[in-house]
Amino acid sequence: MRNIIKIAAKNLLRYKRRTLLTTALIALGVVSVLLFIAVSGSFKSLMIGQITDSVMGHVQIHRKGYVASIDSLPLNRNLNAKQMAKVEEILRAEPAVESFTLRLRLGAMFSNFTETTNIRLNAVVPEDEFRAMPLLASRLSEKKAGEELLVPGGVLIPALLAKGMQVTVGDTVVLVATNRDGSVNGKPFTVHGVLDGISGPGGRDGAIHLDDAKELLRISGVEISEIAVRLKDIDDLPAVTALLEQQLGGLTNKEGQPVFEVHTWEKLSPFYNIAKMIDLMTLFIKVMLVAIVLVSIMNVMIMAVYERIGEIGTIAAIGTTPGKILALFLAEGFLLAIVGTATGTVISLLAIAALNSAAITFNFGMQTGLLLQPAISVGQIAPILAMVIFISVLASLQPAWKAAKMDPIAALRHV
Amino acid sequence: MSLVEAKRLEKTYVSGEVQVQAIRGVDFTIAPGSFVSFVGPSGSGKSTLLNMIGCLDPPTGGTLSIADTDVSTLSRKEGARFRGEHIGFVFQDFNLIPVLTVYENIEYPLLMVQSWPQAERKKRISQVLAAVGMADQAQKYPGQISGGQKQRVAVARALITNPKLVLADEPTANLDRETANRIIALMKEMRDEFGTTFIFSTHDPKVVKNAETIFTLEDGALKQTDTGGIYA
Repeated sequence: MRNIIKIAAKNLLRYKRRTLLTTALIALGVVSVLLFIAVSGSFKSLMIGQITDSVMGHVQIHRKGYVASIDSLPLNRNLNAKQMAKVEEILRAEPAVESFTLRLRLGAMFSNFTETTNIRLNAVVPEDEFRAMPLLASRLSEKKAGEELLVPGGVLIPALLAKGMQVTVGDTVVLVATNRDGSVNGKPFTVHGVLDGISGPGGRDGAIHLDDAKELLRISGVEISEIAVRLKDIDDLPAVTALLEQQLGGLTNKEGQPVFEVHTWEKLSPFYNIAKMIDLMTLFIKVMLVAIVLVSIMNVMIMAVYERIGEIGTIAAIGTTPGKILALFLAEGFLLAIVGTATGTVISLLAIAALNSAAITFNFGMQTGLLLQPAISVGQIAPILAMVIFISVLASLQPAWKAAKMDPIAALRHV
Repeated sequence: MSLVEAKRLEKTYVSGEVQVQAIRGVDFTIAPGSFVSFVGPSGSGKSTLLNMIGCLDPPTGGTLSIADTDVSTLSRKEGARFRGEHIGFVFQDFNLIPVLTVYENIEYPLLMVQSWPQAERKKRISQVLAAVGMADQAQKYPGQISGGQKQRVAVARALITNPKLVLADEPTANLDRETANRIIALMKEMRDEFGTTFIFSTHDPKVVKNAETIFTLEDGALKQTDTGGIYA
């Protein structure tokens, strides 16, 4: 085999310019794909991270039917103490779960004493919320100095609302809410911080302490609208979701209907569709790479066979078997792919390093100054390289087969 | 005892509805270590006969035995293996591989056809290179040497596997008189040194006069067999 590779390399070097152009084309294709994967992957993971780590968590658990009517934030579809305890028991037993936060979601009227508008609020236990949503604190563009981020009597309000209502940190506002029985209650709050919005559900919600929400809604016991769960590793999402669906799905009410519903961030966030679009674009880029490799290698190998018909006749005449002639031409396609992919990979890694050192930022929706950090793993590079090499050998197969099947006498007569 | 034995050998080419009988029931035998020439005008069937003896073209009738093997029934792959094992070729246009050096061209059959170990390969190549007088040109490429030197390399490549038989199709056609004489002398020396049988297809009187057996072909039939160097 080493001899076949050696002779194939010598054959490629006889047409230096053509070999250089072909490998350059393959390298360019590889660079395009790897850079696209690295950059789009950075964008995707950044956006997914923003969504899951500052508002949604990786998985959310609700009472059955809550998500279908989530726009009205129904208080009659909250989880009670017994149901919540069951969920907590399961989550604490699951090693893949890093933390979770209990939320009571409500709609309220927001007044700055001169104007009134609507606000959607997450009532939370601040320690749990900030632990499960580690990027939430980074969304606070303004915050009250010298105090905890959220204490009873405080409210975090979305930036657009703060701007529209001309409210700043330290101002007193009044929140008025209607409870499940239709009774209205109001309570003054101090603005403790202003939250930058992010794309997707909950991205423009304010936040208050859970105890304040209970007081506002006159809830005496325990009521929770949703449980947002953060996993240690997002790759465990399918397994943990399946486990939770299995354990919670079996729990039914008196009517025999399931009590809980489990949703991943993918089902709740419209950004998931953007992520899927990015994946689809990556697939198209890969298909283009396949086409580039297929056409360029096949073209070069067809030319190589045509130009060396006499030589093929000679080596066949002196006893080279058709199998070895086939291997010789396949080896040429293989070598072109190896050199092209190796060059492309090196250029891609250098370009990724350059992009990282350039610290490029971009804006997405309400978010500004997001740092692009392209990265690519061996697990992402290896399939691309394997695909290019496979396609190259495949593209060489037809010309190589033709060479192997050539009649030695006709080949020797060829001028 | 014969190295090559043909009995009622025939070759008919079919092109559409037209049949061309290139070889018509030829019988001959060639002894080991012979220096044999097939002669005749163009289209007489010399090259066809040589191709059949070289297992490049199967006969359509009769039998052809080389080194006690009936080669008329060999498959393409078996034919390639048989050639690699028993037959060397010298071509009119030398047919050296341009990207390989003189050394590598001679080494090619040992590497790609017979898979010799490196040490034995090296020893054998040195021996043959010295025999054809090309030891000092070993690292040159075919484009860097003369026509006569190329044909020496081709003879060396044909002899490198120590074949029983070397087939040479018009080996001196592209060489000047003096170089052609040297190549013929070289092949005769090689026959004497290695005991190899040389079979030529040629128009060249210089080759013919050196042949010990001359088969004259005409319209695909064997018209005359001369032995003992009658043209000398």
